[in-house]
Amino acid sequence: MNENLFTSFITPTMVGIPIVLLIIMFPSILFPSPSRLIDNRLVSIQQWLVRLTSKQMLSIHSHKGQTWALMLMSLILFIGSTNLLGLLPHSFTPTTQLSMNLGMAIPLWAGTVATGFRYKTKASLAHFLPQGTPFPLIPMLVIIETISLFIQPVALAVRLTANITAGHLLIHLIGGATLTLTSISTITAFITFTVLVLLTILEFAVALIQAYVFTLLVSLYLHDNT
Amino acid sequence: MASVVPVKEKKLMDVKLGELPSWILMRDFTPKGTAGAFQRGYYRYHNKYVNVKRGGVAMVLAAYMLFSYCPCYKELKHQRLCKYH
Repeated sequence: MNENLFTSFITPTMVGIPIVLLIIMFPSILFPSPSRLIDNRLVSIQQWLVRLTSKQMLSIHSHKGQTWALMLMSLILFIGSTNLLGLLPHSFTPTTQLSMNLGMAIPLWAGTVATGFRYKTKASLAHFLPQGTPFPLIPMLVIIETISLFIQPVALAVRLTANITAGHLLIHLIGGATLTLTSISTITAFITFTVLVLLTILEFAVALIQAYVFTLLVSLYLHDNT
Repeated sequence: MASVVPVKEKKLMDVKLGELPSWILMRDFTPKGTAGAFQRGYYRYHNKYVNVKRGGVAMVLAAYMLFSYCPCYKELKHQRLCKYH
């Protein structure tokens, strides 16, 4: 039981060949590029969603921040689609791997910080000291703000990893519990099954919400720095 | 068993059974040719099932599910229904 629980998170290999790269590239097939004025159902829905999300997400940014539109939209599409595909049975979710989330979070965060330092150096450095702090507290507060700045990418990555991994683990556990309870007591199994259904609905929501939160935070860091 | 039209230009359904090995061997196995074959296959599927007015990706997702069962088979082998594990 112990070994079974975490085996769904190992990087998949088929006859010894790691296919994890294929699995990471798979969601791109589900987003065909629009070719006509009015496309098929799939592309029309995706276009509508992208317009809705981009308008809502990029409205707070200045002109400089809006050059990041492509990056932010592809980020939310990638994380959302990867998380949703991970809810299919037996599939592998790349966002459960901390390595991949760190690989997404650190460059994006570093990009926002570098943009801020390059174009608005004084304002970026001024973020280290909130307004109106008493004079004796200043050294300590600068240290605290520096630590909170450097923890941002780690928090981004770990938040996504932990949420998705925890959701998958809960589904595995409660599903296994439901199966073993059917032979012991049908009522309890039914209750557990209801919990499983609710949890699956939550997981669908979490998949989308985590994508949104990740992208929103990156855009907030960008807003601070442009 | 020579044919009037050269084997090279026939489609697969027109190739006679005896000419099959020579037809397979004359296919373009260069990287560019293989990539072209994958591209042609992808667009054949895409334009038949997805790029239509009421198309969808349900079959793609079902195939992805079945495909991702293969790496998991080793860990799931002992979850089969049997009297003694």
